[in-house]
This record gives sequence, C-alpha cells and structure tokens, in this order.
Amino acid sequence: MSSTKLSFDGGWEYAPAPQDTSHISLDDRYGLFIGGEFVEPSDGRYFDTINPATEQSLASVASAGDKDIDRAVRAARKAYEGPWSKMSAGDRGKYLFRIARMLQERSREFAVIESLDGGKPIRESRDIDIPLSAAHFFYYAGWADKLDYAFPGRDARPLGVAGQVIPWNFPLLMAAWKIAPALACGNTVVLKPAETTPLTALKLAELVRDAGLPPGVVNIVTGAGETGAALVNHPGVDKVAFTGSTAVGRAIQKSLAGTNKKYTLELGGKAANVIFADAAIDQAVEGIVNGIFFNQGHVCCAGSRLLVQESVADEVIQKLKDRMQTLIVGDPLDKNTDIGAINSKAQLERIESYLGLGREEGAEMYQGGSATPETGYWCRPTLFTGVSQSNRIVQEEIFGPVLAIQTFRTLEEALTKANNTPYGLSGGVWTDKGAKIFKMTQQVRAGVVWANTFNKFDPTSPFGGYKESGVGREGGLHGLSAYVSLEAGQ
Amino acid sequence: MSDGALHIEPSRLPDLDRVPRVDEVGVGERVSRFCKRSIKKDSKVQALKLALSMIDLTTLEGQDTPGKVRQLCQKAIHLHDSMEGLPHVAAVCVYPTMIGVAKKALEGYDIGLASVATAFPSGQAPRSVKLEDTRMAVAEGADEIDMVISRGAFLQGEYGLVFDEIAAIKEACGEAHLKVILETGELGTLDRVRRASVLAMHAGADFIKTSTGKIQPAATMEVTLVMLQAIRDFYYETGQRIGMKPAGGISKAKQAIQYLVMLHETLGNDWMTPDLFRFGASSLANDILMQLQKQQTGVYQSDDYFSKD
Repeated sequence: MSSTKLSFDGGWEYAPAPQDTSHISLDDRYGLFIGGEFVEPSDGRYFDTINPATEQSLASVASAGDKDIDRAVRAARKAYEGPWSKMSAGDRGKYLFRIARMLQERSREFAVIESLDGGKPIRESRDIDIPLSAAHFFYYAGWADKLDYAFPGRDARPLGVAGQVIPWNFPLLMAAWKIAPALACGNTVVLKPAETTPLTALKLAELVRDAGLPPGVVNIVTGAGETGAALVNHPGVDKVAFTGSTAVGRAIQKSLAGTNKKYTLELGGKAANVIFADAAIDQAVEGIVNGIFFNQGHVCCAGSRLLVQESVADEVIQKLKDRMQTLIVGDPLDKNTDIGAINSKAQLERIESYLGLGREEGAEMYQGGSATPETGYWCRPTLFTGVSQSNRIVQEEIFGPVLAIQTFRTLEEALTKANNTPYGLSGGVWTDKGAKIFKMTQQVRAGVVWANTFNKFDPTSPFGGYKESGVGREGGLHGLSAYVSLEAGQ
Repeated sequence: MSDGALHIEPSRLPDLDRVPRVDEVGVGERVSRFCKRSIKKDSKVQALKLALSMIDLTTLEGQDTPGKVRQLCQKAIHLHDSMEGLPHVAAVCVYPTMIGVAKKALEGYDIGLASVATAFPSGQAPRSVKLEDTRMAVAEGADEIDMVISRGAFLQGEYGLVFDEIAAIKEACGEAHLKVILETGELGTLDRVRRASVLAMHAGADFIKTSTGKIQPAATMEVTLVMLQAIRDFYYETGQRIGMKPAGGISKAKQAIQYLVMLHETLGNDWMTPDLFRFGASSLANDILMQLQKQQTGVYQSDDYFSKD
C-alpha cells in the first residue's frame, strides 16, 4: 500500500436536507403517567430535558419521588389484579397489536422526537428505532394467546408488576423491548425512562391512553437515578428489568439479594469485531463503521474493539480512514447526517476523558468525519491504533464513537483477545470461510455473535450477555420466559 | 505481425488470488445507503449538470444509418438550447462504420468520439479481427475505443489469454483511450466482476465499463460499486487513476444522482469529472434536462418540449 490519499474535502457538498418538524406536538410540561392519566408529581419537582444538538430545553418533565413510585406500583397492582390478568389472552394480544399499528401510524412524529431528545440521526430513528419498536409489539402481540405453545406442557403464569428501568441510547426501542413481552404474558408495568430522553416514552404513554388500555396497565414515571432506585426497591414490584451500565446493574443485583424478585439485567459491553485476512475487506470496513459509529457508538453491543489479522491490517486501516472522512457529523434532523449529537454533556465529558487517556497511554489517535457545529455536544468518529490488551481504552466501555484497533496473527490469538474482557455481550467475525465462522461463534463468549455483518436486530432473536454484560435474555421466545412463572401443566 | 500479445511479459498478469473477496449482501446494504442520501437544491443542480457532462450519448443499433448518427451528433451539440448554462455531453458513441459520419458532424466541437470495437458486443472473433477492428476505428478518427473482453475465456479461467488480448488492443489503440467492457451481466458474480476489473486495469485499461447494453442486467449500482472499489485499490497500489463507465439501464436523473453520490463517497473529488466517469446512456440526457427545467421553473414540462434525438 502506498500513501496515496483520496480527497473528500470540499468539492461537491450536499445541501442541507432538514427533516420537517411541523407535524409533531410537544407539551411544555409533562406529568407522571399513572393509572391511565398524567398526574402532578407529589412534591412538585420538574426537570428540563435538553436537545443535545442545540443545548435548548425541549420540555419540562416531572421528577418522581418515593410517594409517586408507590402510587404507580399500586396502580399497576390494581390493574394486574383487576382487568389485565383476568382478560382473555386473545384480548391482551389485540391491545398490543393496536399499540403496534398506532406506532406505525405515528412513526414520523416518534422519529423526529427521538432525534430531538436523544441526538441520534433522523435516518436511524426513522429506519431503525421506530420500525423495530413497532415490530417488537407486533411480535409479542402474536405470542399473547400462544403461551401454551411457547412452554408446552407447562402452565405459564404472569409474575405481577414489573419495574423497568431503561437507558438513553434507544429510548423508545428499549421501552418496547420491556413493555411488549411483559404485557403479552399478562403482567402490568411501571417503566422509568432515562432522564435525558424521557419524551418518546411519554408520547408512548399518550399512545397507550389513546389505544384504550385499561388504566394502570402501563405506567411511565420520569426521574433520575433515585427514581429508578425507588422503583427497583419497591416491595410491590415482582420483577425488575434493567438495561444500563454494569455499575448500576451490580448495585441493583446487590439490592435484590434476599428478595423474591425476579430480574433481568442487560449491561455494558466491549465487543470484539474480528477481521480475518480472507474476509471481504470492503464490506468488513462497512461493518466496522456500522459496528462502532452507529448511534454515535452509544450502543451496548457496539464493536468497540477491532481485531484485524496482521497481513491485512494496513489495508483495513487505510480504507477505514478514507471511509471515515466521508461520514457526515452534525444536525440529527438532517436526512444526510451519519453521526448525530452525543446524548448529554456528561457523556461527552466521559468520552473526551477517554480520548485523553488513550493518548496518554501512547496510542495514536485519528479522527474522521466532517467539522462539527459550534453549539451542542459532538464527537468526531475516532480510532486508536497502537493499542494493546493492557490499555484502559481497550478494556473499558467508552460508549462513544471511539474504536480501539489491535492486530492478531492466528485464530487462537484472536479468540483469546476477544474473550479477554469482563464483558460478553456481542461479537463479530468476518471471513470467507464457513469453518472459521463456526469455530469463532462457538468459542466467543458473547450473547450475540454476528458473522459477516454487525448490529442486526430482530424481535425474534434473543439478546443478552455473558459475564458482566448481564443476566437473562430479551427478545424472541427467550424473552417471554423472563415474564412468566412456569407451573406444572394441567 | 498481427498478434501484439508476443510483446507482453507474463509477469504483468496480476495475482487474482490476492483480489479481495466480495460479499454481495454487504454490497447491497452499502448501495441502499447511497440511495438514501437526500440531494436537494444547489447540490442537485450541480449534480445534474455534472451528470450531463459525463454522458456518452450512444446509438449502437443494427439499424443505425448516417442520418440517425448525424441527428445524434446534433443532439450532443445542442442538448436544449433554450436553457442557458448547460454543458455538452462528454462523447458520442457509435459503431465503427459510423465514425466517419460522426467525426464530420462533430467537427469543431469539443465532444469526444467513441467507437465500440473488437467484434462488439459478443467479442466472438479471432484476435486478428479484433485488432483490425480497433486499428480501423482509430484510423477513422475515434478518440476512445470501447472494447469487450472475451467472457467465454474469462469464465474458463483463461485469465492470461484475456489479459494478453486487452494489452494487445491497448497497443493497437495508440493515442486513443481504451475503455474495457466487462459485460458484468455475463460474469455471474461480484467476485468475478472484481477480478475482471483488476485484470483489465493491469492490462492497460484507461476506463473500465460495465456493459454493452445488449445483455440484461446491464449496469447496476452494486456492480458499479465493486468496480469503483477495484479502481480505488488500483490507485492505492499504483497511484494511477482509472475511469469508470456504467452503461445501460440508467435512464433517470435520480439514478444518475445516486451514482454520483456513490462515486463521490467511494473515490472522492478527483473522480468527479468526465475525464474519469461516464454514463453510457441514450435517454438519460432528456430526463436530466426535465429535472433541470423543474429546478429553474418549479414545474415539469411535457417531454414533448425536449428533442428525442
């Protein structure tokens, strides 16, 4: 490989292609959605949710305290004992199908609000987040009256009230992952969205109300970490479902010890994306880009460690750098944006501290992408070369558009490096040889391993982690078992 | 001496085992991303004009006559004179028998004259005939030669033979630019498209071109992307910029813009010129003209306002 460079600067530039926002409606202030209606928080506290691309406030959102959580859990209990667990499974399914259809009908509004509140590119919220959320409701709607077939010979009974705490990276999608299987199995839920991205969950509350769900079946309470802790620790909660950081997951597991609550935890990751010399290199480069720069790298299963076989390392890195130059960073609402805003100031600071750390550790940093706007929280797509297994940027989850590149010589070495992490959520293998795919997918200790692709999601496919990446599975048939107790069949 | 192949050193044949593999699913996904780019306003007008300037206005029919070719040349010179600031097309592309007529019709204009040669479109003729075909076309005044590779030999694995043939035709071209048509619709897989691209570039192609237009599928974005990536690798390796010409099946302005997005994001600014990118098309120009008119006036005109040829 010579040092020949392609030129992507200047020349033909795409004119701004802003997504129309006139069709959305947002209130100035949102209360808590408890028992089928929006109510004021008991102590009257509210906080602002910020558009990370402009740093402007979008709306004021209630902060739920202990009393509010208690009220929400009681409402959920009442709905569980009242209509919901007594209703025929077929009717429960109908409600879920209705939610799915309404999500599709309102998808443009949800997509815009998701991008405004969270900073992700409109292309992603439009083509991935919202359609996948609807797909999850459709999928679990179908299971509602077929639980006997999901668990043959067993009697699958609902658990009761599920307390669910979700992160800010896929706000609506995570709500769908949590709510759809819980309701399909006959549970009721209290869901707490992340404090930086509460708006689509609140819009979902409106949708649930419009769909005519019995009051209290779905409750949405907003707030920060203390609100989540109050929910998880409430004695009236039968099942806890959490997606978020490993540190918080650990704290939750500790607090649940000795209680009778069931739980699933979906936590962090530091996935290895392994490129063998015989891979389709150009498509692998796309897979690397998709693996780490999708959703600004705010993806727990992101391919944040690139392992590339030494004989093709120079080629892959050169192609990757040229490809990174064509990534468009900026306004999340522009249809051509590839990389949107970092979700919050705190997250940006965290990422930047890792960029500093990487350089201090002696790694070489390269940044691609277009110039970033002045206001808002931005991070250009970044890669580090010259790093090794002992570096912190290789070991720790950064949760941003930052890739650490290492090389390997043999399959065994790749496997050892891929598994040498406390995490085990996902992985990727790129090779033209089927035998290598089988060997790697059998031995990489991760919940999901993609072959010759990355970051593919489907409601029918279970998702979850090994080791410190979590407990339990969501999605697919496996996702049902987290929300039922299996009794001996009749 | 009719066989130029004797001058070729066998060592110039590239090692095709080292050509990167191609994953068709991945190629399809990348192409769908290009198609999602939203090109508006100024950037759209810029792209449309650039696309116009990249057209090889083509007629390759058994029924071609001097009269038809003269009309085509008129169209190449006068795309739509009622609209100001339009570029002219890059070249006119005809059969060898029509070069003389076209040459005369284009006299005094900066429009290239391309001719197909080498027993186009099948390429099923002895090498001596192909070389003679090429020499005749160049002697008649063609600036650019669009040759076809021997797909039969390529599919048989006779890479050396295909390589030698291209190299020999290149020599016969003299000053004329050589475009090598892979006829990707007959190659079957993207892996073969990539290998054939590498082979053609190493053998001396100035341009690589997808199709004759006589076989379906003709140009697709997937095939073009694979060829652009081969061009990029050849540039990385040698520093030499090879041109690309998708031909056949591109008749809409929207498609042309999608091709330009793909070109722009794969090879960058240096390739955004008729010197390195062409569209082989017969009806694309009018659709682009209609779109430009729409950008200027805000409304579409009936296609009866645009000359058919």
